[in-house]
Amino acid sequence: MSRNPQLDSSGRLAHLLSIEGLPRETLVHVLDTARSFVSVTERDIKKVPLLRGKSVFNLFFEPSTRTRTTFEIAAKRLSADVINLNVGSSSQSKGETLLDTIANLSAMHADMFVVRHSQSGAPNLIARHVGPNIHVINAGDGRHAHPTQALLDMFTIRHYKHDFPGLRVAIVGDILHSRVARSQIHALTTLGVAEVRVIAPATLLPAAVTRLGVQVFTDMAKGLKDVDVVIMLRLQNERMSGELLPSAQEYFKNYGLSPEKLAHADSQAIVMHPGPMNRGVEIDSSVADGTQSVILPQVTFGIAVRMAVMSILAGQS
Amino acid sequence: MKTHIAGGRLVDPASGRDERADIFIDGSEIAAIGKAPAKFRAERTIDAQGLVVCPGLVDVAARLREPGLEYRATLESEAAAAAAGGVTSLACPPDTDPPLDEPGLVEMLKYRARNLNLVQVYPIGALTHALQGSKLTEMAELAEAGCVAFSQGDAPLPDPQMLLRCMQYAVTLGYSVWLRPQEISLSRGGVAHDGEVATRLGLQAVPAVAETIAVSTILLLARQTGARVHLCRLSGAESVDMVREAKASGLPVSCDISANHLHLTDIDIGDFDSEYNLVPPLRSSRDRDALRAGLADGTIDAICSDHTPVDDDAKQLPFAEAAAGATGLELLLPLTLKWADEAGIALVQALSCLTSAPARLLGIPAGSIVAGARADLCVYDPSQSWLVDATRFRSQGHNTPFAGYELRGRVLYTLLGGHIVYE
Repeated sequence: MSRNPQLDSSGRLAHLLSIEGLPRETLVHVLDTARSFVSVTERDIKKVPLLRGKSVFNLFFEPSTRTRTTFEIAAKRLSADVINLNVGSSSQSKGETLLDTIANLSAMHADMFVVRHSQSGAPNLIARHVGPNIHVINAGDGRHAHPTQALLDMFTIRHYKHDFPGLRVAIVGDILHSRVARSQIHALTTLGVAEVRVIAPATLLPAAVTRLGVQVFTDMAKGLKDVDVVIMLRLQNERMSGELLPSAQEYFKNYGLSPEKLAHADSQAIVMHPGPMNRGVEIDSSVADGTQSVILPQVTFGIAVRMAVMSILAGQS
Repeated sequence: MKTHIAGGRLVDPASGRDERADIFIDGSEIAAIGKAPAKFRAERTIDAQGLVVCPGLVDVAARLREPGLEYRATLESEAAAAAAGGVTSLACPPDTDPPLDEPGLVEMLKYRARNLNLVQVYPIGALTHALQGSKLTEMAELAEAGCVAFSQGDAPLPDPQMLLRCMQYAVTLGYSVWLRPQEISLSRGGVAHDGEVATRLGLQAVPAVAETIAVSTILLLARQTGARVHLCRLSGAESVDMVREAKASGLPVSCDISANHLHLTDIDIGDFDSEYNLVPPLRSSRDRDALRAGLADGTIDAICSDHTPVDDDAKQLPFAEAAAGATGLELLLPLTLKWADEAGIALVQALSCLTSAPARLLGIPAGSIVAGARADLCVYDPSQSWLVDATRFRSQGHNTPFAGYELRGRVLYTLLGGHIVYE
């Protein structure tokens, strides 16, 4: 790779495509900026004029409710005009290529594209072809990356645990298919977390996962021992049909986060989940709704973090 | 037409010859080497001082995209690309549209190629109907029409049973079977080597074991049936070891690799660059080094271009959706020379992988310079460096992972049957 595709020629963040390759200072800058936006979202009038007159296009080639909604709220709180395009149901199904769609929307004077796509690398392709003043935010691509999710997770961890060095973090579940896990791993290692663990059966682990700087566990009791943060991943329904896992029941028995398994973690450990949750599959309801769960605050922080990313890309923070 | 190639360095891997010698061509044949025949009056003299004169290159895998895929390339454009690359004979895989499973298609292709007269085209026939892996083709008819071997292209055979039958039938008629080893159940949907790059980029993997399991199955069945098997485009280190062992035990097996895999690894994919979406996928540097070692010790017989012209639109897609392949005819020679340079391989050995060895694999009269043979020759400047600019390719495919590379070795003349087809 000749240069980081996310940075412009002067080293400024032009797109947010992946956590990988971003320096620690950039991540910390996003988190610090997000902190200032938390107070905005708690105010009576929840708007700031940072993106007034700018057009943000939500381009979702794959369905999403939570991510699309929080991006929309974030953009509106920054006073941007938001256009939601459910592309799966329009031009692409008429045979238009991805880059033609982008060219057409660029001609409508878009300032920012928030892109979700089923193919790894689709936002990178878009970023290579947009004009110099258009910014691309990856809202999840294939199995590759989901950087804003990882950033809001880091924000949540910092909120409850104050700093990163010294922490032990375990990510549990379908690492193989998870863009969230990949981005979390890069974010955690970049921010200097002492120990990043992944816990999963071998059928849900990518081939070279140890090369990402994580320790691999296949046993929950060992993997969760003394961790400060437990991140549970969603298990997609189609993964439970027998090819990768025999059943949801057996998965829950071995890898579902129950109070008994959580007891192996540090007593002050927090429990996170990027959502949407499968109760009784990867997480027990008593844990999801329990005192250690920070799953709903994650969603709230997600708005502030996405406001921070958009304002930084627009050169306003 | 009488042509005199004067003062060049003649490199003929078939005879091991590497010396300064003139070549005298009369009509379509080499009349003499060294001394002019009596009363030879050249109508054209090519000054080859400082140049290398070698047999015209023989490429065992170049897709011409005809019939059916003319929007990607035509016989005209790709034959011109071959001539510009010093390639005078090429074998084309059967994966056209429709595939080469009917004698009429093969005859038409041969006929069109003969009329163009830029390169000798040797079609490889389909092993099974429509490459679907269920019905054997009429191999005898296809061979009569001009097919030199039989293959599935990149299409899988459904199971070892069908593979066994293909081998049994081919060996009955004395044809060789060309197979690209890949176990489909381990590779379906995959686009990248199962290493760190695929893990980081979230690309679905084609594990190396998908290739080695197939190599193992093919070698076992080849031993049982006595079929002459050629393994196409090996990519993994273990595959090379298995072929080395099989050859040592006397099995008549051969293999090739693409010039791309001689130089590139999965790291080159970088930021999802679809020019590096190749079949088989680029593997690790350990695998690449094993391919180089296999070439050096003769385990791997030939280097091919695996020429696959793709239209620009088909590359401008997310990595896994982009069409795989690279155009390669015009880079085959310089990429081979680059390897020879880097690995300290003698020129005569390096060029054997492009001339005598592939000619032997195809069983065609090409790849050597002897008096009385067809004058298929390549004359190149070994010292000229040039920058790869895909827009200047003769090929209709401008897709190359080597754009911007500085390569050494430039073809100056290509002669086909004594005729200058490129200069």
